[in-house]
Amino acid sequence: MEYRVNDRGYYGQFGGAFIPEMLYPNVEELRDKYLGILQEPDFQEELQELLRDYVGRPTPLYHAKRLSEKYNTKIYLKREDLNHTGAHKINNTVGQILLAKRLGKTRIIAETGAGQHGVATATVCALAGLECIVYMGKIDTERQRPNVEKMRLLGATVVPVTSGSQTLKDATNEAIRDWINHPEDTHYIIGSVVGPHPYPDMVARFQAVISEEIRKQLLEKEGRELPDYVVACVGGGSNAAGAFYHFLDDPSVKLVAVEAAGLGVDSGHSAATSMLGKTGIIHGSKTLLMQTEDGQITEPYSISAGLDYPGVGPQHAHLAQTGRARFIAITDADAMEALRELSRLEGIIPAIESSHALAALKEINAGPDEVVVLNLSGRGDKDLSTILTYFEQQDASK
Amino acid sequence: MPQNRLTRLFQEKSGNLLNIYFTAGYPKLEDTVTILEELEAAGADLVEIGMPFSDPLADGPTIQASNQVALENGMSIKMLLSQLAQVRERVSFPIILMGYLNPVMQYGFERFCEEAARVGVDGLILPDLPFAEYEEEYKPVLEKHGLSLIFLITPQTSEARIRQIDGLTNSFIYMVSSASTTGSQVQASDAQQAYYAKVRSLGLKNPVLIGFGISDKPSFELACQSAHGAIIGSAFIKALQKPAEVRENVRSFLKTLR
Repeated sequence: MEYRVNDRGYYGQFGGAFIPEMLYPNVEELRDKYLGILQEPDFQEELQELLRDYVGRPTPLYHAKRLSEKYNTKIYLKREDLNHTGAHKINNTVGQILLAKRLGKTRIIAETGAGQHGVATATVCALAGLECIVYMGKIDTERQRPNVEKMRLLGATVVPVTSGSQTLKDATNEAIRDWINHPEDTHYIIGSVVGPHPYPDMVARFQAVISEEIRKQLLEKEGRELPDYVVACVGGGSNAAGAFYHFLDDPSVKLVAVEAAGLGVDSGHSAATSMLGKTGIIHGSKTLLMQTEDGQITEPYSISAGLDYPGVGPQHAHLAQTGRARFIAITDADAMEALRELSRLEGIIPAIESSHALAALKEINAGPDEVVVLNLSGRGDKDLSTILTYFEQQDASK
Repeated sequence: MPQNRLTRLFQEKSGNLLNIYFTAGYPKLEDTVTILEELEAAGADLVEIGMPFSDPLADGPTIQASNQVALENGMSIKMLLSQLAQVRERVSFPIILMGYLNPVMQYGFERFCEEAARVGVDGLILPDLPFAEYEEEYKPVLEKHGLSLIFLITPQTSEARIRQIDGLTNSFIYMVSSASTTGSQVQASDAQQAYYAKVRSLGLKNPVLIGFGISDKPSFELACQSAHGAIIGSAFIKALQKPAEVRENVRSFLKTLR
């Protein structure tokens, strides 16, 4: 079974480039050039140097002893939370900014939901000295004020999006519309493994450094490259795509993708796309998609602003459909409990997104002799006000 | 491919073709057929009915908002096709349905084509349907039901691709006036004139209609100098927002053009 993209831009039946003609030349240019640029020795040299000295890679693979004891198995945390800007997002933006420069682009656009990808993009634009415009749903600009301020401090222009439901999917629409209006000087840095081919593959390749490091680090620590489980949360799915990448063809490694169930998969307030979605087209990609019977895209819900995307990357749709990855949905309540648990057991405050992956530990029932690698995609600093409000309300209702 | 109203229109009339776009279910759910009747009476040569979508990527704010209102009004493909059931007793000009692929996919492409053709639709614009998928999966179905698929070209579309598009279609080519979403204010420029001239010089077999940024008589007439006609969308949607009754709004807007 092939789990990576084929030469037509598909993963099984998912993927492709369902884009209007106005976007065709931009996407075609990227499609024709990205692999060549990624293979250039001076590109790789520049990328590796930035990943090491600027992002802070390799990130540690940390044996979480107290957490392991609690779940009676051996758990390693891949510390993507220790990256510059606090999450895995920068692995991709560093790569794409170097690519944009080689394509001769002078203007960078991005979408952002919670603001993490926006901050990671604004950061690399400052580094490269390129103009940066970030589209963010108006509702998100209000709930993620500190990230808006960070992006502005970094010199980016943040455009609040008032169309549609004013959240991530609309911010993405607006970034795509900007690209239509600026077909020549602009590169669009998509933040996840979504969008038209070649984005899902390109972003996965930039995130694949996560699993590349895991293999090496596990060999040092355990004397074997392959864990029994790799666990990661999935919204669009970029951190999971990176954590799974170099294990896709090792069938002994069980891949676990954790989606946000919100208030419950069947509650009507959920973001569990693999369970609630049907095949459709969103942002230029054929994938599983939450939608009405009439094919209108619906607004997902999760307490985590990084997981409430109505679609999922086409590779993940393929992994779900073929059964290569097991998909688990975790509720807000279970994720928040796992967040507090890691904070108190290990002294690490995880992002709410990553807490969904942590909450899946009790679902997978790994044995005492098994090794679990959990991708801790981001840190919880950005979520502090959501976390405090959540626990205050919970205490008040007791 | 049997001759449909589109091919007949282009045989009968070779210039100044006025194509009006409006969103089904806007401003009111039941306005669709009324607008069609008034458009034909007031001199539109053909019409493009937008099937509303929650995420219209290629559209600017005016058409986005009309999509949202239409969906809130309860418009759907099923509803539109039922409104159009007797439309051929009322109007005879060509009707094109424009929509993003996802709602059409969910309805079922074969079923959609069959029912659209049955009520008298002549062509489709599906802006996010790629060539390869069109040729492999969609083309046989469209042909079976006698529907034309209309493709877009832009100033960035290569000559080779324009020729490929010319070979794939049998009605007309939709020439996007500039790199933009719908409803942008497009200033006539030398670059634009050069693009129009380049396309004219290719000697395409299909007629060309210019759309995006065409909003009034001067921009319509200018476009008609370079092509067989033009498409007006956002400006017409804005005209429908005026306080008068919908028939009156259609008539007075068309009067400014003809």
